[in-house]
Amino acid sequence: MHSRSLPRQLHPGAWWLWSLGLAAAASRTTNPLLLLLILAVAGFVVAARRGDAPWSRSYAAFLRLGLLVLAARMVFAVLLGSPVGGTHVLFTLPQVPLPAWAQGVRLGGAVTLEGVLFALYEGLRLAALLACVGAANALASPSRLLRSLPGALYEAGVAAVVALTFAPNLVADVRRLRAARRLRGRSDRGVRAVLSVGLPVLEGALERSVALAAAMDTRGFGRTAAVPRRVVRTAGALTLLGLLAVCAATYGLLAAGSHPWAPPVLLAGAAAAGAGLVLGGRRSVRTRYRPDPWALPEWLTAASGALVAAALIWYSGRWPGALTPGVVPPTAPTLPLLPALAALLGLLPAFVTPEPPRSTR
Amino acid sequence: MITFEQVGVQYADAPAPALSGVELTIPEGELCLLVGPSGSGKSTLLGTVCGLVPHFTGGTLTGRVTVAGRDTRTHRPRDLADVVGTVGQDPAAHFVTDTVEEELAYGMESMGLAPAVMRRRVEEMLDLLGLAELRGRALSSLSGGQRQRVAIGSVLTVHPKVLVLDEPTSALDPGAAEEVLAVLQRLVHDLGTTVLLSEHRLERVVQYADQVLLLTGPGEPPVLGDPAALMARSPVRPPVVELGLLAGWTPLPLTVRDARRRAAPLREQLPPPAPRLPPAPASPAEPVATVSRLVVSRGAVPALRGVELTLLPGQITALMGRNGAGKSTLLGTLVGLHAPASGTVRVDGRTPHKTRPKELIRSVGLVPQDPRDLLYAETVAEECAAADRDAGAAPGTCRDLLATLLPGVADDRHPRDLSEGQRLTLALAVVLTARPPVLLLDEPTRGLDYAAKARLVTVLRDLAARGHAVLLATHDVELAAELAHRTAVLAEGEIVADGPTPEVVLASPTFAPQTAKILPPHLTVPEAAAALAALDQPAAPAAEPPR
Repeated sequence: MHSRSLPRQLHPGAWWLWSLGLAAAASRTTNPLLLLLILAVAGFVVAARRGDAPWSRSYAAFLRLGLLVLAARMVFAVLLGSPVGGTHVLFTLPQVPLPAWAQGVRLGGAVTLEGVLFALYEGLRLAALLACVGAANALASPSRLLRSLPGALYEAGVAAVVALTFAPNLVADVRRLRAARRLRGRSDRGVRAVLSVGLPVLEGALERSVALAAAMDTRGFGRTAAVPRRVVRTAGALTLLGLLAVCAATYGLLAAGSHPWAPPVLLAGAAAAGAGLVLGGRRSVRTRYRPDPWALPEWLTAASGALVAAALIWYSGRWPGALTPGVVPPTAPTLPLLPALAALLGLLPAFVTPEPPRSTR
Repeated sequence: MITFEQVGVQYADAPAPALSGVELTIPEGELCLLVGPSGSGKSTLLGTVCGLVPHFTGGTLTGRVTVAGRDTRTHRPRDLADVVGTVGQDPAAHFVTDTVEEELAYGMESMGLAPAVMRRRVEEMLDLLGLAELRGRALSSLSGGQRQRVAIGSVLTVHPKVLVLDEPTSALDPGAAEEVLAVLQRLVHDLGTTVLLSEHRLERVVQYADQVLLLTGPGEPPVLGDPAALMARSPVRPPVVELGLLAGWTPLPLTVRDARRRAAPLREQLPPPAPRLPPAPASPAEPVATVSRLVVSRGAVPALRGVELTLLPGQITALMGRNGAGKSTLLGTLVGLHAPASGTVRVDGRTPHKTRPKELIRSVGLVPQDPRDLLYAETVAEECAAADRDAGAAPGTCRDLLATLLPGVADDRHPRDLSEGQRLTLALAVVLTARPPVLLLDEPTRGLDYAAKARLVTVLRDLAARGHAVLLATHDVELAAELAHRTAVLAEGEIVADGPTPEVVLASPTFAPQTAKILPPHLTVPEAAAALAALDQPAAPAAEPPR
């Protein structure tokens, strides 16, 4: 019934799993060729499957942010030197003499090819991670993802959605009020102009929040079913204890030394938290309008992301050298065949998912 | 459907109760219009019906309000959500989700309706409100009228028995307002929904009302009754009622159509109106602001394409057009907020976007749509002192201006606590402190009642008489007809009509004021009144040759 040929929205969870997979893969490598390949894969899928809503343009925005991060990383590497050292000096900046207490910090001085390459690779990895988040944003807005949360977490999810819309509104307010400063004959440039509108902007944001809260209340937000108090308390206790157990077990797993108690505690904690959420969900009377189905395309999309991540993690364990090309001494990076093929698996959603519906304008 | 039993509301820090002694019953399936001046408790009364008063706003509610048998004291707004749907003045503040379809379903999801029922009702609502084309659109990309229709639809999908609307058409252009009102009428006819509605722009809604609830002032018990009977004694009246009272028609006509039929004999006899106050110092005046071939882009879309406009000293120009036609952009460009992509803008010999703000305010001033944007200080006195400093004027200039424009605004009030009219006047005084020859106002009558509007008309006429060039962007056809010497209509970023107000508004059914529809060449009630007076003393018009 969910034919691939019919346009529909893919489940937001599938997109986020897919992009998290790509991001996990990108985090395992500093090979610029692989990173560029992952960027291209994400970009291709976004171009093929994004809708026409305003948030669909966020891939480009995140890409720009990534470039900014990359540029900043390079500038710092040039100005402050790099920890990797190296012998291939590109050029030498005049060095600023610093007092003895600032020993270990350097301003200016020799800029080596090794240092620049290292910064470039690291920056590129950050940019690729950001682009993966941008791809998820463009394909499924975070508010859609939060809406598919289980019933017990629904109210927290709405709070998060409201918080997400808060930031763009705030930016619009600051702009409007800075413009209004001009009308009073004051300058609209500089830090003072932004600071002086701070109070009115906060007042406006607060007023808007109160208005939204009132509107949501009159529309039935927060209606609860009559559930015995005992059930409510049990649900709360189970969730809290479960989460505490999960935290403790994660610490045990990650800390040095062997902690045989950690895996069973992790499982028990997760089970308790899950039971708590299911019980807590009984209080909610809410139903879902046209919930996104989870069908074959969703499975394939999520699986393709997971496969990319798994392949790179496995490969980086076996042959770490290929995924982190040497910078001391500088060598030209090569494209390892297997990881490159694995990264191409990420293209799968562009072909197996249905087209998003286009709204008529 | 709704019963009030000795209801009173007292807010904690208010000297007098906002409502008292309300005792009435609103029957099912009626469209009931709340009429009264600003501050008479209309919003409070609406709030008591949906439970926001006192559950959300605080204050003390005495007596009892029951809606469909539920007592609002024991039911919170969320428990009333399935019987009362509430839409406020600003639909943007009401939206929780981000697309049209999800917004329509949101209320039903909270109620826990079955998915199949939700699906069917969303489709029905898309058809009923004419939103089918927009179902997948992001809410932020809709126009004002579309947003208001989505907001109404989003509360109607739960099939409430009562719909509460606070100023649903105040922010809309005449066309969009018609759209929304047509939907309301359809609801009352087809679904039998009880609609409770407050609106300042009575000329838009009074003809749709089955009952009128008249609130004369704070604390006075409201009266519910027949619209025609109550409008005759209401302190706020739309032009059609004013005309009816002037001409002595009984029963009082409330629709333009009724009035026009009654006016047929009168139209024959009435002398034509005296020509409008001459466009001040007639022809030789040099334009104080010129806009030529102006193109301005906001983002990727051109907001203005090739606009030509000149402003003369002493002339009041009205700028009309639907929401998003580019009115605010044009005003913004005249004060240098937007740089032109091509074309020129000259105001008082300066190029606005290249002039320093400190100098520009001596040439041109803008009162923005929300006057609060212009006010930062904690008290009225501080605000005035800051305005004097900004403009480099003698201390006390702004305060004196405010006192002449509107006496009786206390020095120690917070600007946010003033009424809409007082706040607008304060912003106007702040702008006028620098004595700019060009004055721009963006949507000045939003939220003003008839009394505040009449004061604004006097103030602006006076300013024009002293040689200011005034340009006001407005949706209010009655204001434009009464005030403007000249009217320009903007559509899709182009000026499509520009000329003397009588010519422009008489040529268009959308922009024609009510009086012009009833007694054609006359535009406003005072004009018609003068003509009627002349008719009563036949000697006077005979002495003057007809024009």
